[in-house]
Amino acid sequence: MSSKTTHIWKKALSNGGIAGALSILISLVGLAEKFGDTNVVKGVVTLGDFFLLLPILLVAYTTLWSNVDVPRPTLVGLSAVTGATAGVMLTLLLALGQLVDLRPMFVNASPALYSQLSRGVVLPLGYLIPPIQGLIAAMISLGIYLLPGRIRSAVIQGILWVVLVGTLRDQILLIELFKTRAISYILKTAIFASSGLSLIGALLLFAIVAGSSYYLAGRKKATTNNLPIQTRKTNRIILLVVIAVALALLPYILGIFYSEILDTTGLFIMMGLGLNIVVGFAGLLDLGYVAFYAIGAYAMGVLTSTGLGLFNLSFWQALPFALLAAWLSGILLGLPVLRMRGDYLAIVTLGFGEIVRLLALSDWLRGVLGGTQGIQSIAQPQIGGFRFNTLQELYYLILLGIALITFIAWRLKDSRLGRSWMAIREDEDVAQAMGINLVITKLLAFSTGALFAGLAGTLGAAKLTSVYPHSMTFIISINVLVLIIIGGMGSIPGVFIGALVLVGLPGLLTEFEDYRLWFYGLVLVFMMLNRPEGLLPEARRKRELHEETSALIAE
Amino acid sequence: MLKRWLQRVTLTDIVVWGIGVVIGGAVVYGTIVTLVTATYSAEQWINLTIDGLKLGGIYALIALGYTLVYGVLRMINFAHSEVFMSGPFTAVFLAKYLHQIGFYNAHPFISLLLVTLLSATVSMVVALLLERIAYRRLRYAPRLVPLITAIGASFFLQYTFRGMYGNDPETYPTLEMLKGKWNFGIISVPKTDVVVIISAFLLMLILYTIVQITKTGKAMRSVSEDKETAALMGIDVDRIIVYTFGLGGASAGVAGVLYALIFQQVHFYMGFIPGLKAFTAAVLGGIGNVVGAWLGGTLLGLIESIGPNLFLSGLGVPAPNQLKDAIAFTILVFILIFRPTGLLGERVSGTKA
Amino acid sequence: MAVLRAKQVTKRFGGLEALRSIDLEVKEHAIQSIIGPNGAGKTTFFNCITGFYNPEEGDILLGDRSITGLSPDRVARLGVARTYQNIRLFKNMTAVENIMVGMEPHMHSNIISSVIRTRAEREEEREALEEALRLLRMMGLAGQGDMLAKNLPYGAQRRLELARALASKPKLLLLDEPTAGMNPKETQEMTDLIRRLRDELGITILLIEHQMRVVMGISELITVLDYGAKIAEGPPSEIQSDPVVIEAYLGRGSYQASVLSH
Repeated sequence: MSSKTTHIWKKALSNGGIAGALSILISLVGLAEKFGDTNVVKGVVTLGDFFLLLPILLVAYTTLWSNVDVPRPTLVGLSAVTGATAGVMLTLLLALGQLVDLRPMFVNASPALYSQLSRGVVLPLGYLIPPIQGLIAAMISLGIYLLPGRIRSAVIQGILWVVLVGTLRDQILLIELFKTRAISYILKTAIFASSGLSLIGALLLFAIVAGSSYYLAGRKKATTNNLPIQTRKTNRIILLVVIAVALALLPYILGIFYSEILDTTGLFIMMGLGLNIVVGFAGLLDLGYVAFYAIGAYAMGVLTSTGLGLFNLSFWQALPFALLAAWLSGILLGLPVLRMRGDYLAIVTLGFGEIVRLLALSDWLRGVLGGTQGIQSIAQPQIGGFRFNTLQELYYLILLGIALITFIAWRLKDSRLGRSWMAIREDEDVAQAMGINLVITKLLAFSTGALFAGLAGTLGAAKLTSVYPHSMTFIISINVLVLIIIGGMGSIPGVFIGALVLVGLPGLLTEFEDYRLWFYGLVLVFMMLNRPEGLLPEARRKRELHEETSALIAE
Repeated sequence: MLKRWLQRVTLTDIVVWGIGVVIGGAVVYGTIVTLVTATYSAEQWINLTIDGLKLGGIYALIALGYTLVYGVLRMINFAHSEVFMSGPFTAVFLAKYLHQIGFYNAHPFISLLLVTLLSATVSMVVALLLERIAYRRLRYAPRLVPLITAIGASFFLQYTFRGMYGNDPETYPTLEMLKGKWNFGIISVPKTDVVVIISAFLLMLILYTIVQITKTGKAMRSVSEDKETAALMGIDVDRIIVYTFGLGGASAGVAGVLYALIFQQVHFYMGFIPGLKAFTAAVLGGIGNVVGAWLGGTLLGLIESIGPNLFLSGLGVPAPNQLKDAIAFTILVFILIFRPTGLLGERVSGTKA
Repeated sequence: MAVLRAKQVTKRFGGLEALRSIDLEVKEHAIQSIIGPNGAGKTTFFNCITGFYNPEEGDILLGDRSITGLSPDRVARLGVARTYQNIRLFKNMTAVENIMVGMEPHMHSNIISSVIRTRAEREEEREALEEALRLLRMMGLAGQGDMLAKNLPYGAQRRLELARALASKPKLLLLDEPTAGMNPKETQEMTDLIRRLRDELGITILLIEHQMRVVMGISELITVLDYGAKIAEGPPSEIQSDPVVIEAYLGRGSYQASVLSH
């Protein structure tokens, strides 16, 4: 065997080791066993299995990927080696677990985990299960790899949708619309099983998703661009109307359970849009952003709480003051940090955020801010006699808030101010040399961002009718940051996508709460290493600009 | 010169300085009130000072990791707080095991040594993995990207350890040998405090020697100054960076054991606040500067321990010790605003245009 | 009438004197150059003019107004624009956007008017866009307005940077090595362009250049710096044969000296 050949086999082996280590990590962290009962496709695969085997799938894929010019049979061998090695490592874990009780240290190394690893098969025969599963996973990976491009992405999408829908079975069945008798019946008997999808349902879903994905990828993209401008504009208006109607009906289509998620996601969208201006447009990394939300919420609390009894204003009376407080605090934060560079700016803002939280938590300010208990009995918005107190009703206010903020952000993006912000982000010194007043421009970024967060805060306070210092943790700032990064820094639609994926989805999957931040961390690292521009990167207003440009040149 | 300086002063400078002066004035006032009214006894002050020194030693050891990494990579290793956490949180199981079999108190020195070795190793490994997996590829990326990666890694590590070892804190078994106090004339100091202070000091001495005198240490400093030139001089920059992470990680692991000796409880979130404070210490002393890390750590520890009682109670703030962390963060903010190069000045060269 | 007057400008960095009592005058509508070996302080001088650095001693006047110590944005608004030695465009913004940022000194819309799109704001944006497109055409970049600056080829980037500088309708244009990295044809085009800018737009131009062909061909007055001090000043014919200048270059053993003697 040539040295190159031995090299690729060794690589496959070591990759197997890495995959095995990752799978062990996933087992020990608890992801495998915790979701071992969550069926994706009943009787076939659970979510726990999926997580357990995912590293093997992915690593085997990279093994294949880095061996482009290798003959097929060898590829089979390589995948097999990777998969089997990974599996063997899991067997070792299994064996170790029989010898020694690992639970004093690794809390998840339980009998339940071991039986999951061996799929319930009695040992010693059970020891063979992990390598076999590893092999199967590697072969699946190989199969996907060998598929031609369009089919491959269609298949992957199909698999992902099956996993998603299977996991979300319970939540999907809660959708109001699906509770009507006919639909409910079909769903419960044919598509879904008592847990997860039924086999038929899974195959059906897979076929639909893979099929449509394949078809859509095939259609030439140029068709949409070739339509005349007027038609495209009309199409766009129609689309907007449809979306608006759908949004308006959403809480009633989806039901109460979803309304909570919609509200929370909505608040995060508002914050995301605000932070998007500070970080995405102006390039100022603010890690203490939650403080502005808190200031808006606490201001609303202090001014309207009947429990505190200090001012007893109504929601609408207090709103302008709360917004003003948030806006001013944005300026106050911005002033000292005007000349700081990136990392330091981030840490200082983090410090500010923590200081605000600690002050809110302290006994010293308990008289006004309520200490650890926070503030209760906060007013809810009222118009005439109608009080916005259900989740669905508040949804509309939040929707209004989002619409307002999106509008402002969108308008600003293509304006003199928006360009100034982006210039600062790109090269602050040169921006200043162009005549941009750094002080005012940066303060405008901070204060506008703070204003948006403050608005979200007031609505959040009204929604809960209370506010606590625990809702101002650093983790929330990170939450907002992650969602704009995932969506694409500076991109407005990106904020929506990010929020949907990072707030909406976890909101649905409450069992995931323990692992949410783990996933965030993983996703952040992954995105920064591979796709720092985000999912929906800032699309420059190319099309319209292009039209105007060519029109003017034609003159 | 003065006229020129006056021209450059802007409204924002005035506002910021104004706020600084007000806060500074309040601190001075509070201090005077406390001292004049003799609210606390000499013994209490001494105890607070000892507290400050022991915390300071721990912060200094953690700060070393931040300062060294910033020196060679110009990045803030936000995940260093988890590097700090991983060591003692793993080693606690060894400690408990040794305690279970009776070895722990029968052979306290060896036990502590083993525990510390394990802790240092684990922390070091985590640091090395971080460098290899998360940071290496981003060495020349725009500044925000590695910072965000570090934040992601920090969360990932926190929750990985939480997943593995559980949500609940683990407690280090008490060493019989270190129970009680030693008496130095009129003051009596808890034995653990003495051990911590001395160990921290010794370790800082060792680390300082390594960085100043050994060949690798010198190579580290040249990479800090100018990566490209160092490479041209034949220094294997990658290897030095690995070494830096390893050194910072190991010292954080040792700091973790010292932390455990004092606080006894370890849990997955224990790194966050000490990490921020250690970073504050590093910046306070002058980031990139080893002596600065030591100075900053000690100073921060002292201010944090003595401060609340010194100036906050004088200002009439109830339960001043709640605001310990707030004081530390305020120092962080102040330093970064008014003197970002720190007390001893940055050892890193960086020009703008 | 002098557009720019530098008097005894001294700039120190710690112990190092980067500029030593520099006196320099740039006459209106002139094209003048500053040359000198690397590290002579040429870019530092530019930075002092634009307000990026604050000289320790001396004074800089634009027209009859002192601009010493003013912040860069104020200096820009008074009519000074510059390009950079190593092209500093706003990389992730389009060409058109880069130019529109350059128009900053002439724009008046604020945050409110931007959001509600007042008639005045819309007018201003439209005119700005037209002007930007016009500048693009002038620089031979027509049709590339939507390209991200980082995706443009090198020569186009240089021209874009120049367009951005022109967008502010400056009185004084500072060009820092505008022909760096260009081939002879591009260099000639740039030289012609610079001349046209002065002839057609009446802009006063001060450039830093290393290509002696350009310097000798285009400048009315050349100032030579070495180690932060002015060692010679005069029309090209004088400078070419000035022994002090030649030694300054020769003493570095640089190729530039040989070009000088062309």
